[in-house]
Amino acid sequence: MAKPNVLVLRAPGTNCDAESAFAFEMAGANTERVHVNRLLDDGTLLQRFQILCIPGGFSYGDDVAAGKVMAAKIQHHLFEQMREFHAAGNLLLGICNGFQVLLKTGLLFADPTAELSATLTWNDNGRYEARWVTLQAASDRCIFLRGIKSMYLPVAHAEGKFMTRDSATLRQLDAQGQLALRYIAPAGEPQTNGESNLPFPFNPNGSQESVAGFCDPTGRAFGLMPHPERFVQPTQHPRWTRDGLQPVGDGLQLFRNAVEFFA
Amino acid sequence: MNNASAEIVPQVDSGKKSANASVVWQVDILPRAGLPDRIGSKILSDLRDTNGERAFRIAGARGFLIQTAEPQAAVAHAATKILVDPVVEEIRIRNAGDPPSVVERSDLPTVVHVLLKPGVTDPEAESAQVSLRDFGLAVAAVRTFRKYWIQATSPNDLRGLAKKCLANDSIEQVIVGPLSLRSIDIGSDYQFRLETVPLGSADAQQLQQINERGQLSLSAAELATIQQHFRELGREPTDVELETIAQTWSEHCSHKTLAGAIDYSDENGSRSFSNMLKETIFAATKTIREQMANDDWCVSVFRDNAGIVRFDSEINVAFKVETHNRPSALEPYGGANTGVGGVIRDILGTGMGAKPICGTDVFCFAPPNLPAEKLPPNVLHPRRIMKGVVAGVRDYGNRMGIPTVNGAICFDERYVGNPLVFCGSVGVLPLDKSFKHPQPNDWIVAIGGRTGRDGIHGATFSSAELHETSDQTSGGAVQIGNAITEKMFQDVLLHARDEGLFNAVTDCGAGGFSSAVGEMGEEIGAEVWLEKVPLKYRGLSYTEIWISEAQERMVLAVPPTNWDRLRQLCASEDVEATIIGQFKPTGRLTLKYESTEVADLAMGFLHGGRPQVRRLAKFVLPKATEIDSNELAFIDPSQALLDILGCFNVASKHWVIRQYDHEVQGASVIKPLVGATNDGPSDAAVLRPRFDSWRGLVVACGLNPRYGDFDPYHMATSAIDEAIRNCVAVGANPNRIAILDNFCWGRTDRPETLGSLVRAALACHDLAIELQTPFISGKDSLHNEFKYTDAAGRQQIISIPGTLLISALGQIDDIRRCVTMDFKRPGNLIYMVGETGPHLGGSHLSLVCDLIGGHVPTVDGAKARRVFQQLHRASEASLIRACHDLSEGGLAVALAEMAFAGDCGALIDVRQIGLTNSSFDPNCSDNVRLFAESNTRFIVEVDPVHEANFIAVMNGVPLTRLGQVTDGGVVVVRNGKRELIHLTTAELKKAWQSPLDWN
Repeated sequence: MAKPNVLVLRAPGTNCDAESAFAFEMAGANTERVHVNRLLDDGTLLQRFQILCIPGGFSYGDDVAAGKVMAAKIQHHLFEQMREFHAAGNLLLGICNGFQVLLKTGLLFADPTAELSATLTWNDNGRYEARWVTLQAASDRCIFLRGIKSMYLPVAHAEGKFMTRDSATLRQLDAQGQLALRYIAPAGEPQTNGESNLPFPFNPNGSQESVAGFCDPTGRAFGLMPHPERFVQPTQHPRWTRDGLQPVGDGLQLFRNAVEFFA
Repeated sequence: MNNASAEIVPQVDSGKKSANASVVWQVDILPRAGLPDRIGSKILSDLRDTNGERAFRIAGARGFLIQTAEPQAAVAHAATKILVDPVVEEIRIRNAGDPPSVVERSDLPTVVHVLLKPGVTDPEAESAQVSLRDFGLAVAAVRTFRKYWIQATSPNDLRGLAKKCLANDSIEQVIVGPLSLRSIDIGSDYQFRLETVPLGSADAQQLQQINERGQLSLSAAELATIQQHFRELGREPTDVELETIAQTWSEHCSHKTLAGAIDYSDENGSRSFSNMLKETIFAATKTIREQMANDDWCVSVFRDNAGIVRFDSEINVAFKVETHNRPSALEPYGGANTGVGGVIRDILGTGMGAKPICGTDVFCFAPPNLPAEKLPPNVLHPRRIMKGVVAGVRDYGNRMGIPTVNGAICFDERYVGNPLVFCGSVGVLPLDKSFKHPQPNDWIVAIGGRTGRDGIHGATFSSAELHETSDQTSGGAVQIGNAITEKMFQDVLLHARDEGLFNAVTDCGAGGFSSAVGEMGEEIGAEVWLEKVPLKYRGLSYTEIWISEAQERMVLAVPPTNWDRLRQLCASEDVEATIIGQFKPTGRLTLKYESTEVADLAMGFLHGGRPQVRRLAKFVLPKATEIDSNELAFIDPSQALLDILGCFNVASKHWVIRQYDHEVQGASVIKPLVGATNDGPSDAAVLRPRFDSWRGLVVACGLNPRYGDFDPYHMATSAIDEAIRNCVAVGANPNRIAILDNFCWGRTDRPETLGSLVRAALACHDLAIELQTPFISGKDSLHNEFKYTDAAGRQQIISIPGTLLISALGQIDDIRRCVTMDFKRPGNLIYMVGETGPHLGGSHLSLVCDLIGGHVPTVDGAKARRVFQQLHRASEASLIRACHDLSEGGLAVALAEMAFAGDCGALIDVRQIGLTNSSFDPNCSDNVRLFAESNTRFIVEVDPVHEANFIAVMNGVPLTRLGQVTDGGVVVVRNGKRELIHLTTAELKKAWQSPLDWN
């Protein structure tokens, strides 16, 4: 199997690049951490790669709104490069801040140039929150989630609430299979509080439809708020001293799926 | 608040015709209709915190001021694209120079704008400016603001509201009514003029005036020494020379009190130190290193920006904890924010640069429920301080991508005027990058952020006590950090280190370039060209440039042959790097501004000319008293347990912990919250610094100022014992623990205050040697006292309790052997390790039951060493399923925590616990057994199949079998047939979680 090349994109404030690259390497990829300025310098650079990963962090401080400044930079300078990259059958992955960036570029929507109809905004509790969540794959379209039923992963963000402009948009995105990953209650807990939405802390930010991850209509571009790269090794699990060490972390399969897509 | 009706006065050149008639556009950003108003709600929540506010209506918005010559349509278009999230927000735009428009909201007629004062770092505005320019909008300047619409109030109420929660006037200004602005540019042209200070003929009184006018914080003897030096040179000093000397000789930079001569006496006699720290704490490390001989794993101690120890055959670890108390008292967010930024730079400036891998942050505040009438004038309420400090730590650490993995919060009313903020950082670096060697002719290169008027006089201010009017006079010392600037240079700095591009690196901390260049060039000599330093805005004098404490700057010594490569590397990631001078083998510090020499000081005088301070220190042991056994006997242990779990010191800190990213970088092995539902209090954090090895790092701390009220000696040994037992509890090897000291004390020019500190330092010396646990770095912050005039016109002084934080950095051979504190399985056995004595003095039982007197916990070093060694052996042999140290609240609290963290019950009998040296009435024995805070004790959970092995391994260590883990969800404590405690884990957990479960 040919190893795909992964470009892990760095920008001022990116801070999950090393562990994201490590997760891809564990999954069998070649990785390179590349500063966004290199993509700006060289319009052909992306051609060497099959997977573009925008990792977590605080790109440009998350000033203005999370991922916004970086998204504006991509829209203004790198939009065509990235569209072509995606159109060529390659994969785009945004994790946490990378998801915020990717969503705000428009690249996850059927028409990437249309006005944005969904966003990631402030958590209902108004603050940064780090905790582990249970997730369920809710789309057979997303390449990254193939064969994954559920995962246990950490979230760590302030602006992770998925919101659409209106309810018609939400229904349409759902119908298109784009609401690919949802927060669910852990086994043994009731799944709802009687209303349609899963309560805090299981849905840690109040996302509509408990959306934790969102893919484009092709399933080849995907963003998620939880951090799969933070649970690839067994000792990263918060309860391994109780439950024992599982062979690998839940998040690894997501990276393996990306790698195997090019097998 | 400045003035309720004031308008912003444009800093300068308001009348100046801008080149292209630029306009200031005001862009208000509001939540779309029907969506929550976060900014307004925050004010309401803050108002609730400061209690007693009547129902009140407010709406909020954020916004940007954009100065540009571009037309309104272009600004609106760019703002829509760049500055708002159109799904949830909308904008309104107006020319801020136009006459005020009509009332915007008739229901909330009062409009208030809050802006950062000119020159205060505004990271969001910087990002917006870069982004708008990138978008193609020619922007001259950007500032952010917050805007509030408030229901009609009297000017007095409004002033109160503004002061309480709309703004912090140490960094912000409040403008009531619409903005009217034609320029937001700051800075003005600077006319160079060399300033000299007439020192030569000044008498003592005039010297003192010079000292105060310049905020130099020099002593009379120091002023006289400087005067004599310049008399001998036959000239007057320049202002910048005097500033440089004051900075270098400040308490903050030279630690002249503790590293000075002290005549100490206590009940055991007297002792004279010529350098107190060197003869106590450093001496202990020296002794231990000699005893370790070839196995010495210390690498660099008490010399660099952080202590360094060996980790494995390839990397070393650096550890440093700093305090940032004064700035945090005035502006909690900015103070804590820059405290974290500063200690990270310490790590980046250690050796040839270490990579920060985690942070630890410890705070001391007054209780968050302090009644308003107990708040001295001009002091922020402790709840507001705590919220601000936590947010400041959160925003810097999280943005840097450095997990905050450990911490503690201690509450005591005596911290009301002087909260303590300890910021720690751990870093890793290759073995061969652990020392720096600047060379003659190396360029002096500044990298990172630009220089502004930030924090001028921060260093000298840190050494002067706070007083009621501090928030008016010392605003210049308060700053906001920009973590992204620091992250950007961190990335290139570590890259440049690995390429070997520089010979030395250090951070710009207190004293700015003055300290950084002065220290780095101490052995060589340095010449600096101040006009080359990149500035945030025009108008800084050469002196301001030299002493500015602008954040996010580092200084490198770069061989000229490497300069092009370094410049290129920095430019490739948009990091500014500038040659500002050269290390020259002159033994002098020479400063020039546009070729005029403005300072020429001998390094020898600068670093060695300070007159020796000799201080008196006296410790008088308070008279011991016994706790009233009638009172003690009648305490209901169930109620006492709930009360202790619910007291702020012990209560769950999840509200804080969950705001910190504690898993970024992926190295997390044991997290701060552990157990069946990830919410029990871990004793220590464990990290795995490299993914190709199972070797781990352990981070923990110990702190208990309440013991110091009895005897600072035992406070110090207790803190050391606590920090070490926290490490050992999770599995750290007790032979590989390094510790740091942070002394925060009151005014040490009072012999009794200094005496209590020296006594604590003596304890550090003694126990460190007994436990073979070396101190590798430390820091002190003195003069933590608050002066004010009370309602009756009397002068009051609040001194903090002498506070010693011990931070521990442990190591573990194989992280897969780590142990957490949550009970694992019903049926397993519960053992107590260690001896229980009558140690209720300063205990949390005393705190919640208002008991007076008693015996403070002590440490028997030899016994403690044996306990740590053998427990570690049991842990390494996987004989232990859970382990928790006994600290605040003793056995009862530890047992309850283990039970609810493990979602298990427990049934124990305390009858077998022998009490050592107890003279208590037998009726009190059970409360002593349950709540004494005797040191060096643990509860361990042992699988019955390992019991025999466990007992064998622990041979010779005091061991008591207490009972077993149950599955009933109930914690039951008995003495024989008598039931002492019977509480459900749900009740216990609720008592522990609810006090600080804030929204």
